[in-house]
Amino acid sequence: MLSLIVFLPIIAGLIILAVPSSQKQIIRIVSLLAAIGQGVLAFLIWRGYDPSIPGITAGPGGSAFGSFQFVEKLSWININLGALGSMNIDYFLGVDGISVTMVILTALVSAIGVLSSWTIQKQVKGYFILYNLLATAMMGCFVALDFFLFYVFWELMLLPMYFLIGIWGGPNREYAAIKFFLYTLFGSVFMLLVMIGLYFSVTDPVTGNHTFSLVAMATQSNFNVAGAIFAPENHGWRLIAFIVLFIGFAIKVPMFPFHTWLPDAHVEAPTPISVILAGVLLKLGTYGMMRINFPLFPEVFQASMYVIGIFGAINIIYGAFCALAQQDLKKMVAYSSISHMGYVLLGLAAGNSEGMLGALYQMFNHGTITAMLFLLVGVIYDRAHTRQIDKFGGLSSYMPRYAAVVTIAWFASLGLPGLSGFISEAFVFVGAFSSVTTRPIAIVSVLGIVFGAAYLLWSLQRMFLGKRKPDAAYDLEVDAEGHEHIHFHDWKGKLDLDARELVMLVPLAVITIALGIYPMPVIGMLTSSINKLVQVLSPVVLTSLN
Amino acid sequence: MFELPSGAEIQSIIAVLKANTGFFIPEIYLSVLFMAVILVDLVTKGRKNNVLSITTLLGLLGSIYFIFQQHALPSGEIFFGMYVIDRYALFFKYFFVVSGIIAVIITMADEQFNREVKSMGEYYALIISMVIGMIMMASSGDLLMIFLSMELVSFSAYILTGYFKRNRRSSEAALKYLVYGAVSSGLMIYGFSLIYGLTAQTNLIKISAALAAHGYDPLIMILATLLILAGFGYKIGAVPFHFWSPDVYEGAPTPITAYLSVASKAAGFALLMRFFYIAVPRAALPVEDVMGIDWVALLIVLSIASMVYGNVVALWQKNVKRLLAYSSIAHAGYLLLGVLLRDALGTQATLFYLTSYFLMNFGAFYVVTLIANKTGSENLEDYRGLGRRMPIAGAALTVFLISLVGLPPTIGFIGKLMIFSALLAKGSLYIWLALIGVLTSVISLYYYMLIPLNMYLRDSEQPEEKSFNPGLIANILMSFLMILTLWFGLFFTPLSDFARYSSAMFGITLQ
Repeated sequence: MLSLIVFLPIIAGLIILAVPSSQKQIIRIVSLLAAIGQGVLAFLIWRGYDPSIPGITAGPGGSAFGSFQFVEKLSWININLGALGSMNIDYFLGVDGISVTMVILTALVSAIGVLSSWTIQKQVKGYFILYNLLATAMMGCFVALDFFLFYVFWELMLLPMYFLIGIWGGPNREYAAIKFFLYTLFGSVFMLLVMIGLYFSVTDPVTGNHTFSLVAMATQSNFNVAGAIFAPENHGWRLIAFIVLFIGFAIKVPMFPFHTWLPDAHVEAPTPISVILAGVLLKLGTYGMMRINFPLFPEVFQASMYVIGIFGAINIIYGAFCALAQQDLKKMVAYSSISHMGYVLLGLAAGNSEGMLGALYQMFNHGTITAMLFLLVGVIYDRAHTRQIDKFGGLSSYMPRYAAVVTIAWFASLGLPGLSGFISEAFVFVGAFSSVTTRPIAIVSVLGIVFGAAYLLWSLQRMFLGKRKPDAAYDLEVDAEGHEHIHFHDWKGKLDLDARELVMLVPLAVITIALGIYPMPVIGMLTSSINKLVQVLSPVVLTSLN
Repeated sequence: MFELPSGAEIQSIIAVLKANTGFFIPEIYLSVLFMAVILVDLVTKGRKNNVLSITTLLGLLGSIYFIFQQHALPSGEIFFGMYVIDRYALFFKYFFVVSGIIAVIITMADEQFNREVKSMGEYYALIISMVIGMIMMASSGDLLMIFLSMELVSFSAYILTGYFKRNRRSSEAALKYLVYGAVSSGLMIYGFSLIYGLTAQTNLIKISAALAAHGYDPLIMILATLLILAGFGYKIGAVPFHFWSPDVYEGAPTPITAYLSVASKAAGFALLMRFFYIAVPRAALPVEDVMGIDWVALLIVLSIASMVYGNVVALWQKNVKRLLAYSSIAHAGYLLLGVLLRDALGTQATLFYLTSYFLMNFGAFYVVTLIANKTGSENLEDYRGLGRRMPIAGAALTVFLISLVGLPPTIGFIGKLMIFSALLAKGSLYIWLALIGVLTSVISLYYYMLIPLNMYLRDSEQPEEKSFNPGLIANILMSFLMILTLWFGLFFTPLSDFARYSSAMFGITLQ
């Protein structure tokens, strides 16, 4: 099942390879079918997922079966290293509460991305091949339980993303694309070294061999190789490994001061790629922290919660300030992403169930809400060919449906009660307040909500309320009956949202509202895993080990 | 005084030579092929046709059979310790023969030969002689044999580099290659003479035994090591012995550039490892190092310098062949990381990395040749918009470059993984070297990506969007190399096991 959901897009990509490039519609439909297939599989996984099994570490007997679900494990590579025994790499997939949430999010956002890509006209064939490759890599990252496999998927994302930004992006795309590539690679090469070091430090309790299995690594008693670089007594190297992994993932989040690639990438990327980038890729950073960074080095995590919290707070407030200063709507949304990912970091730093739960739920909500925000930015950019906030005004009277969806998205983003963003942010703050270490940080971070409200409401006001500005990007006409209409200079489509745009936006809006009122469908799935993760990370377990 | 050997002695020498000939069949076969190609050229009157290239191709393919037969032979020395038969040498025999085959294939695809030269007769013969020389380099067990085989390779390479006689770049490259080659050979032979002075031996194993038994003056030893490294460093193209390589790579015919960058480098590494592992093993040091300097320390310096210099200077290159030249300097640095570990895992990783480098570098040069056929240029600027005009070539080149960076799922990634694994397994001291390795490979991403950047992200200034088709055979070959690069990036067990099998020198695996 998991193999299918991972490789379905790449199969579609291979089919597209055989389709002549003039058959644009067929190419789009094949991609859409793959995305729908992924969606159906994600739905089945959601239905079949048993939320009472926590995952995170191995089950009784050290095996991942019985602890993780939908597990697939095959021996993939088995090479002889002489004195060091053999190197075993498994094709090892499985989900627990953390990853199943992300799998569903990925399937959802990928499908919406395909719909949003419908308007791409340049080199459609190449675009969808790369898009499908990206979809496979993202999904693979979330279900891989072998570090090597995870790393392969992690790096596999970079090249398609580079081309998707670089070929189909805006005027400054070359710079944005290579910046994204270099930043992420810089983070991940260190991860490679840590991965190798971990391999030499950990043994699988079942086989006794060295292993890349993330499940085995999540249990500290498996770090039992005497004299290995990351053995429990090697505090210095373990600290370095933690920092290195953290930076690798933090670049993806992106965490201040590693965030500068994100505004560039977002501004240059075409709308669907922005949606994917904000909706899924950023989550890989925090997912990596929850899956790899923290459980593998829990004692370092305990010691550094304070620092992570501070970086979270900086992200929240700095991101909000930057967003406040932006003239370009897309850049504003990009900075709002930085701010909102700060909440995730803060929740993780709290280290308790409430905070972690809030963080994971915020990841899901940020995925849906930001996807919506970027789609909405794309809608107006398609029409006006500008994203300058000052070039609009009074849009709500001319584009009522658009304004309605924008309102939902904007308010969800600022955390209005009744919408999903509120619940996750509330959990994050509850968690952060109840932890002594992060309490002062949480108090400061609350300011972020105020600034968040400021930039969102201000942009909403400038664009949608009031009257058309004199230098607006559209013309105003008054017809014979005295009704006012606007039209964009060279836009021939429907003025308000058309059917395709509604199909993309309405489900996201519905999810945002529904999960704001009744969050249990998502929270119910992840509670037991989060509790288990907190238990794994907690100092009590560590002392009992020693 | 030197006495003439008696009749009985001569008889016994001849008997040994006769007995050992059976271990020498691939080399004899290739020498016959060398002469056969010259004959074929005479018969076909030096006209440009495919008879010559096909003969060379099939001949080289045939030699694989004789090499395969040698798997059954026991490891050991033949011809009075001059020559070595072992799995390590076998690995390189395959390596050089297949390199030769690919060089011939690239030559057949390269249209520049049609424009520049009248006769191809000597060309193919010299490629074969280079293959023979390199095989001998990898199998040498004696200082004399090392020098002779290296010179055989070098002389063939000088001529081949300047094969475009009327092309100034090509002639200049050949002259530079010759001058640098002569200097480094001179230094190396001086180093050999110092070793001989210390030990009174020329056989590698006997040198090792003599060093261990009698001790030596560490200052002279370090001088000798340095001088010998100059000779080997020249072959592998490591900093600071790299000065020839950018000009030679740019000026030489592309197939020769490809062949030099892969096979000549590999031959250098074959010698480097055999000489330093066997003749001057670090464990044989009776006296502690002179100020902590020994050949391992020298290699560490060389390796770091090559990785940093090669990758950084490549950033400013505008010519693709020059860019790949600097990249090959950087890769020499990565390979040295595996060599300086002087253990089984390091050797295995080095051999694996050589194989991966073989695939991706030949692949890259092959595509560059095909592109040059169509555009007549190797400048980065002229790669604009090529991705759409040559879709398969563009995709293949991108895969090779990604592999050169060391990103999964390609064989280049596995090569780097093996090298870094070997470093980390050796101990935390070597982590710093791994760190430099990964940081420089991030730098390398920038310049390698300049090529896809021009191919895909920028549009050609020429309005006509004609698509170039390099032909069916070329497309199949490119795709084949591309798929191999990806396939071995995902399923590398057989290659890695073969590298492990081959890491035994004289039948002994290092610990």
